[in-house]
Parts: sequence; C-alpha cells; structure tokens
Amino acid sequence: MDFELTDDQTMLQDSLQKFIQKDYTFERRNEILATPHGYSAEIWAQLAEQGVLGIGLPEEHGGFGGAVEAMVVMEQIGRGLVLEPFLSTVVIGGGMIRDAGTPAQQGEILPKLIAGECRMALAHHEKGARYALDHINATATAAGNEYQLSGKKTIVLDGAVADLLVVSAREANKKISLFLVDANAPGVKRTSYRTQDGRNAADVELAKAKARLLGKSGDGLSILQAAVDQAVAGLCAEAVGAIEAINRATIEYTKNRKQFGQPIGRFQALQHRMADMFVASVQAKSMSLMAAAYCQNKDAALRARKLSTAKAYIGQVSRFCGQQAVQLHGGMGITAELATGHYFKRLTLINQTFGDAAHHLGLLSDAILLETR
Amino acid sequence: MNFEYTTDEQAFRAEIRQFLKENLPRDLSEKILRYKQLHREDWVRWHKILAAKGWSVTGWPKQFGGTGWTPTQQHIFDEECAEAGAPPLLAFSVRMVAPVIMHFGNKQQQDYFLPKIVSGDHWWCQGYSEPGAGSDLASLKTRAELKGDKYIVNGQKTWNTLGHYADWIFCLVRTNTEVRQQEGITFLLIDMKTPGITVRPIKLIDGGETEVNEIYFDNVEVPVANRIGEENKGWTYAKVLLGHERVGIAQVGNSKRELKKLKKIAATELAGGRPLIEDSRFRDRIAALELEISALDITVLRVLSAEAKKGNPGPESSVLKIKGSEIQQTLTELKMEAIGQYAHAFIPESFELNWHGEPDGADEWGTASSRYFNVRKTTIFGGSNEIQRNIIAQRILGL
Repeated sequence: MDFELTDDQTMLQDSLQKFIQKDYTFERRNEILATPHGYSAEIWAQLAEQGVLGIGLPEEHGGFGGAVEAMVVMEQIGRGLVLEPFLSTVVIGGGMIRDAGTPAQQGEILPKLIAGECRMALAHHEKGARYALDHINATATAAGNEYQLSGKKTIVLDGAVADLLVVSAREANKKISLFLVDANAPGVKRTSYRTQDGRNAADVELAKAKARLLGKSGDGLSILQAAVDQAVAGLCAEAVGAIEAINRATIEYTKNRKQFGQPIGRFQALQHRMADMFVASVQAKSMSLMAAAYCQNKDAALRARKLSTAKAYIGQVSRFCGQQAVQLHGGMGITAELATGHYFKRLTLINQTFGDAAHHLGLLSDAILLETR
Repeated sequence: MNFEYTTDEQAFRAEIRQFLKENLPRDLSEKILRYKQLHREDWVRWHKILAAKGWSVTGWPKQFGGTGWTPTQQHIFDEECAEAGAPPLLAFSVRMVAPVIMHFGNKQQQDYFLPKIVSGDHWWCQGYSEPGAGSDLASLKTRAELKGDKYIVNGQKTWNTLGHYADWIFCLVRTNTEVRQQEGITFLLIDMKTPGITVRPIKLIDGGETEVNEIYFDNVEVPVANRIGEENKGWTYAKVLLGHERVGIAQVGNSKRELKKLKKIAATELAGGRPLIEDSRFRDRIAALELEISALDITVLRVLSAEAKKGNPGPESSVLKIKGSEIQQTLTELKMEAIGQYAHAFIPESFELNWHGEPDGADEWGTASSRYFNVRKTTIFGGSNEIQRNIIAQRILGL
C-alpha cells in the first residue's frame, strides 16, 4: 500500500494547478459563465494542448495515465470550478470507447477527442428513472449494419456542447445496448438549457436517428455501470477539490471579517465548526483515494460497494461543508460575488449526479443485508 | 499510489495470522471477544508472549527493540490482533511514556526503563489530570520541591487508568509558580511503591470493576535522577506524549471487528419475529457507521505514513482521535439498541469468563449497556474532543 503520487502525477497536478491559478481565475470563469453554454473553446483547446484530454485513454491514440491521473485532474477541476466537459468527454465518453469500442471506433474517435475536436455527452437519463440505470424506454431498431434510435432522454449533462452522444436504448429483444449518435444528425432534436451550477444540459428527442452500436449487443448495462463507476470516482475527486477550496475560503473569510471588535474566526463556536469541516475533508479525501483505487476493479460487487461507500460519504461531507461555509460567510455566502456560493452550488449538484448520499447509503445498506445471509 | 497489498505484505499478514493462531491463548481472546473483564495477569501474559517473539513494542525504533516495520505492516499487525481478539498492549507504557524516555530521557533512564517496558516487567500509569486541571492541563498544581537530590511531591492526580496495577507513574508536577503556567512544569517518573502514595478507586457508571483512580501524593520523595530532561521543560515533553496518545485512541482495528459483531447481533436479534437487520431503518444506521469506519481506516494509514516520514504524529492525529472516539461510541450505542429490552439487564457476574448463566436473549446482553455507559469516556479522555477541535483550529487552520 502506498498513498504517494508518483513524480509524473505530481507534475500533472502542479501544472494544472498553475494553469487554473493563471488562466482560470474567478473573473475568467465569470466571463465563461456569461457565454451561452458556459463553455470556452479556448480553454478546451488549452486543455487539449496540455494533454489533459488524453488522461486515462490509450497511449497509442495519444492518451496517458489511468484512474489516479483522472483523480488528480478532477481534484483540480473541483478546486478551479472548471465548467468545461472533461468528465463527460474524457472520463465517461472516452472511457466507454476505450473499454467497449471496436478498434475502428477507437482509431476514429479517440485521437479527435484527445485533440479537443470531439466533445461527448452521456444521453442516458429518462423520466421516471431517478438513479436507476436500467430504466430505459428508448428503442433501437436494427437497420442493416446500423441502428435507428427513437425515444426521449432528459438532463443530458453537457449535452448542449456535445458533438457525439452515447445513448442507451432497448433493442427488439428488450436487451439494453449502447449506441453512438452524432449530436447533429437528422432525427436528433436537442433542447438546451443551463444548469444550476453554470454548466449546460439538453433534453434529446430521437426520431429514427442513425446510430452505431458501442460494445456488444445486450452488454449496454454493464458497460454503462462501469462508466458510471469511473464517473463517480471522478466526481468524488472533484468534490474533494471543491471541499478543500471552500473550507480554505471560509477560514480566510473568518480571519478577515471583524465583528464585536475582532475577527470572527477567533470565536470558538466558529473555530469548532471549521475544525469539523477540516476533519470531514480529510475523511472525504480518504474516500476519494479509495474510489480511484477501486473504480476499475473487475469484481463488480466489490467495486459497487466501495464506490457507493465513497459517494455516500462524500455526498454527506459536500453538503455539510457547503452549507457551513455559506453560513460562516453570513450574507456574503449567498451572493454570486464570492466563489463560495459557486462552490456550494457545484458541490450540491455533484451530490445529485449518479446517485446522492441517501441513494448510495441505501445501496450499501442493501449490500449489508445480503452479506448477513 | 497503490491500494493493493503487495505479495510481501500478504505474506506478512499470513505470518501474523499464523502466529496468533498458535500463540494467542484461547481464554484471552474469549475475554476480548465476549467483553469479559481483563485482569492484570491477562495483560501481562499476552505482553510476555509478544515480547518472546520480539513483537511487544513493534512501533518503536529498532535501536530500542522495535521491529522497523512500515506503517502498512504496523496497520496489518494491529488489524490482525484486533480481529483475533488479542488483548491490547498497555498504551501508557508502550505508546506514551516510552517515546518520551527515548526522545528526552538520558542514557541511564533509557537503559533502565525501556527494556522493562519491552519485557512487560514494568506497568506504567499516567499522572496528568488533576481535579482542577482537566482540559486546562497546564494549570496543574501538584507541587515538587527540590531538597538536595530529591523532589518532595505533594498533591493529587485523578482519572488515573489502571493505576492500581502500576509499578511506575509518569507525572507532571509544578516546580515553578512564578512563571507562565507552561514554563513551570517538570516531568517525573515515580515508583508507585514509594511511601506517601495512596491510590483510591473511582466508581464509574458502567458498574464494572475499578478502571480509574485518584492518586494522592503526601511528601513523596523522588530522586532527581528520575526527572526527564530539564526542570520546568516538562510541558514540551508532555505534548509529544499527548500526540502519541491520540493516535492510539483511534482503535480502527477493534472498530472493524465490532462492526462485524454488530451486524451479527442485528442478524440474530428478532424484532416481531423477523431479524432486526431486515428493518432498513436500523440497517441504514449500521451503513452510516460503516461509512465512517471505512474512511477512518484509510485516514489512519495516511496519518501513519506521514508520521513515519516526520518522526512524530502531527496535529492531524486529532482527526483520528475525534473520529475514532465517535465511532466507538456509535458502535456501543447501536449494539445496545440492537438488543432492545435486554438493555435493562445488569449482571456483574457476567463480566467474568467462568459465568455460564446467560439465559435466553441476545449474546452478551448482561454487559451491553455497561459498555455503552463506559465508552462515553472516549470523547472525554486523551484531550476532550473539544480540545482536539481547538488544536485543529489553532495549529492546522491557523485561526
């Protein structure tokens, strides 16, 4: 066992940290927020240039690293509140093509993706699914070598800026498969909107849209689950970055804000709250390390249990630290003028992505019942 | 970063497990696993078995008899010992006074005391808290006056754990009242057989046998040779000891074992004829506790790794203390709640191994609530959790 980053991983961390400090300041982020989709093509190109869009993807297509490198990147994304679709494109989309794509699909898509020329989104969620992955009514009909997809997908995160969609659908035999769909193809109607945390999403209506199978027919659910597990690990790391940043901002604020003739950070009631936030962040970091370590484990039950443990814990900590940070900032915590409120919103929405704390606690609880039988 | 145990680490675990299988006496592990009272001879017997193998002071530097294990190996050892139901080692000797003697004691003190801790021939206890000096430890008043080559000690210590078994006590005493509190404290090692020492037990709400005592010092003569380091520098030495104490309180190996036990109890206990564990309202609370234990398990390893690099536990050890103590409390709370109405029963005889009167109902029901009452101590001792939050706020967060 070993918790240290390698020299290369430390370099990756340092260079991203510098990039965010210099080129992704709070002011710059506000400018990006003001664009129609909360997305900067310039930033995306810079990330591609630094090789960040190849994290976790095969070296033969220009990628490098694995789950730990993805954790390192996601933590910095959390710290910098980066809006661009790294998780959707690289971790989820790229990861699925790496794990399930044919050599031809890999050769066609991954180099473009890594170069920043292909943004992806997972079009999976449907009305009534909540967090269930197998609640799918969209249909796929075989048509020669290809398929035609019909149905309605909602809350497709990063869907407004995506070029390529991964869509889940049921085939005629009712089995779930995954498909690649060009986001701009005929039969694909996107209704775009902004999200609470300043990103973008779309509802996607498919009407006999042309699609290519991704992975084996009928294997959709296991591929999807594997991708979601890696996304959960990524979100855990992103949350840790944001938690550490919001805690730091709170400490600084209470050291400077004066009331009753002294910095409010001198008051023990507030000090103990911040001590609890620190303790929670240390524990959250431990859980993120665990999530990174297990998110590609071949044992699906073990992997599910570890990731539910991590996501549930980090969901709780995100809520606690987020809410307390706002409280300790007083009125300033609910203004859009400080980063604190933006961290709070992102942390809140991370919790609502791929299962909140209560959902994952429930999954762990059910696993406990099974283990006693 | 690597979460897998290496082949060497797996072999190490197998070696520990085999050793425990062959050398841990069944009656001792029964006592631990069934929550029976441990007596002095039980602690010493196990310590001497480990000493014979060279494993009684595993975390010490090699030059003093330690093993030179990595933090991961230490973690594996602790985990396996906890899982097998091995009695704990006496923290006051092994984890607390020993590092102080190693770092600040002189050669004679090291040569005399450390081997007797290794062998288990000396039992140490702690003379820190006083009736008027709890969280504000530095306000302690027990006086030591230098007369020739002896200190004359007068005063009272309290919350002294297992002092009625002890051969020696390490004490913080006041040697200067004219300066800032922290600068007038001296660290003394006192033989418990010295005339003038009285040990009086304090009865606790758990109803069990004596665990803590008050200790009175009435003109107790202590040779200057038993002073650690310099006069009036005791506070510096004391703080090092407190850091080690906090790491030891985390007890994550025990908590992992007890979590399994809790699940077993919940699977066995019936609620309206159905296993309690089928009640998701109760089971979700077990799951919430498992989250905390999973996180602490990794945090402990991270803190130990950092400690191995720095030599001493940093203020991060306060995180372990807060989380470890809260987990232990939740465990006893849930175990008590799991047995429902049986929580009422109080059968002091059932603290002993040779008691065979367990009637119908939950396993170990006669002592479950006693353990709940007893474990309220964990958030109070070793520096209350509020003091730990002060330490974090001031020394880590810079508030």
